[in-house]
Amino acid sequence: MQEKPKVVVSRTRRPVTAAKEFNFTEADIRAGQDSLASYRTSAWLAFKRLSLPDTSLEAWRRTDIHNLPVDKFKFAADGAYNDLPPVREDLLKPLVADQHGGQIVLVPGGATVELDEKLANKGVIFTDLRTAEQQYPDVLARMIGKTVNVEEGKFSALAGAFAQNGVVLYVPKGVIVEEPLHSVLWGPGTDIAHVSHILVLVDEGASVTYVHEAASPDLKGASSMHAGIVEIQVMQGASMRFVELQSWGRHVWNFSHERARVERGGNLDWIFGAIGSRLTKNFSELDLAGEGAQGRMSGFYFTDGDQHLDHDTQQNHLAPHTTSDLLFKGALKGRSRSVWQGMIYVAPGAQKTDGYQANRNLVLSEGARADSIPGLEILADDVRCTHGATVGKLEQEPLFYLKSRGIPQAEAEKLVVEGFFDPIFQRIPFEGVRERFQEYIAGKMS
Amino acid sequence: MSQLEIRNLHVSIEGKEILKGLDLTVEQGKIHAIMGPNGTGKSTLAYTLMGHPSYTVTEGEVIFKGQNVLELEPDERSRLGIFLAFQYPVAIPGVTVANFLRTAINARRRADNPEDKGIPIPEFRKMLKEKMTLLKMDQNFAGRYLNDGFSGGEKKRAEILQLATLKPEIAILDETDSGLDIDALRIVADGVNALMSQGQDMGVLVITHYQRLLNYIKPDYVHVMLDGRIVESGDADLALHLEEKGYEWIREKYEEEPEAAA
Repeated sequence: MQEKPKVVVSRTRRPVTAAKEFNFTEADIRAGQDSLASYRTSAWLAFKRLSLPDTSLEAWRRTDIHNLPVDKFKFAADGAYNDLPPVREDLLKPLVADQHGGQIVLVPGGATVELDEKLANKGVIFTDLRTAEQQYPDVLARMIGKTVNVEEGKFSALAGAFAQNGVVLYVPKGVIVEEPLHSVLWGPGTDIAHVSHILVLVDEGASVTYVHEAASPDLKGASSMHAGIVEIQVMQGASMRFVELQSWGRHVWNFSHERARVERGGNLDWIFGAIGSRLTKNFSELDLAGEGAQGRMSGFYFTDGDQHLDHDTQQNHLAPHTTSDLLFKGALKGRSRSVWQGMIYVAPGAQKTDGYQANRNLVLSEGARADSIPGLEILADDVRCTHGATVGKLEQEPLFYLKSRGIPQAEAEKLVVEGFFDPIFQRIPFEGVRERFQEYIAGKMS
Repeated sequence: MSQLEIRNLHVSIEGKEILKGLDLTVEQGKIHAIMGPNGTGKSTLAYTLMGHPSYTVTEGEVIFKGQNVLELEPDERSRLGIFLAFQYPVAIPGVTVANFLRTAINARRRADNPEDKGIPIPEFRKMLKEKMTLLKMDQNFAGRYLNDGFSGGEKKRAEILQLATLKPEIAILDETDSGLDIDALRIVADGVNALMSQGQDMGVLVITHYQRLLNYIKPDYVHVMLDGRIVESGDADLALHLEEKGYEWIREKYEEEPEAAA
């Protein structure tokens, strides 16, 4: 019998190769008026100049995208949705109240928009990006490129230059929007680059609740990508509740850069729910820019199979008396992996600030892994900042206890996991969103 | 009338034999007390009967309702009618007492009928309220996270509340170490007495180190355990005798025997 020679391959960090590049060209940039055109040109220049991030960059150290088939992706043509599966009905149901004040559905190559006339009469703008480009260039100029810098990375540059669709939400001074606004980004199809740009400006003293959900069918053996920018401005004394959910299919590579700026006395309650995608790298930043600004970030994630979700959060205290409170909780199954990397930054002079961040993970399978990396950078001396990070396993004793009361193993595990997420549920003022998260848990644990 | 029959039970933990051929029968409606010095395997017996995965049964059987309990998962044992009141109940953060009890009740209903939709909420609330009143418990207890941050006494109350709502036919009360906490003992004893006087028909196996618990729960039978076996059985007077004389005489009587035989 012949024995094959034993070959030992020792692998260190993969060499940095930027061989592949997206096929997108300057001709793919959609035309726009003055400020929009110059914004997209600068994004295009950044896109050309920046290379794809690799694991030698600190922010990407734990998220390797060398398998991203960049040269495969193309933008959807106008009307492409006609030949693709329509948006799932359940995604259109109101999540946070009985009724929407408005709903936008973004699909490849198109969008539908509904807005309550009463809100439109009060000057509320809630429309898709292409319509806003035509009808509200001046409002758009106040929003685009105002919080997310396209230079931040390859994907922010991509989204800035090539946004295919998006949402523009403007709430005028003093207007209180009672009924929640809802948008769905529906991304069916394969080999498509879904590129979205969400823009929100809640003007002085105004208030709004907005739910945005990105989703797609689950397609085996295929790939698509999403690159998105979310820019939010909560002006002086304004308040916003923003619920952001993603349940992308397992074939979707998902990248986003999001930043919210909260001005003096403003308040942002920001809720994240993530269960989908093959891989996600999400940068979410909160800038507390004016005195007394407050922001709360609550994150729910649950991964399984081979999923990889990476959430990078930043709480920037840029003014005195600002308060931030972040809690991200995640559960993991299969061979999935999660990364949470958080930073509280307190600028010089931002005295009397109160910053909190915590990330808790529950690892349900031997093969799953959660990385949790908190961070503080404090340049003021009279502040209160605390943080905590934990990665735990499902323990034997609680399960035995529950089983000893007649609860079968699978249900006992589900109960412990629901209990684990309870602190997140407690922070969510919307029953529909809590129920959605419970459905996510049930789905992942079945 | 059901009874739990333990026959020649041998149990090891990590290869070390703890129970060495234990025989005992607990009938529904009777109260048995197991006493004995520390380290004789009393808690091992309790955990083994409930099916804790750390304990390995090497020999023997436990028969209840015609089934060998040792072949069943802990949840199946529970649904068959066996209950263990834990010495140290485990905290389940984020899960309220009410949610937990409803899940446990529904698990039973679904085991009986896979189509069952679960206990209707109003019926559950009414039942829980009644049990909590019977056990003199504050109603807001139901909304707290199970055993999370509970005092010793609250944990005991939660165990007894479970005993009252799940209505087992055999209840094992592991009170091995709690002899010094008189309040906790009284909660357990008063709870068991209240349930039995209300007609909850159970066989009770009380495991304790101290005779004191038996001042509050009157056993029909008392067994003394030594080195993994039951060596003496008698009525309530045996407990009084142990209180007076301690366990020394038992040790002398039984631990010298092998040498005498040699």
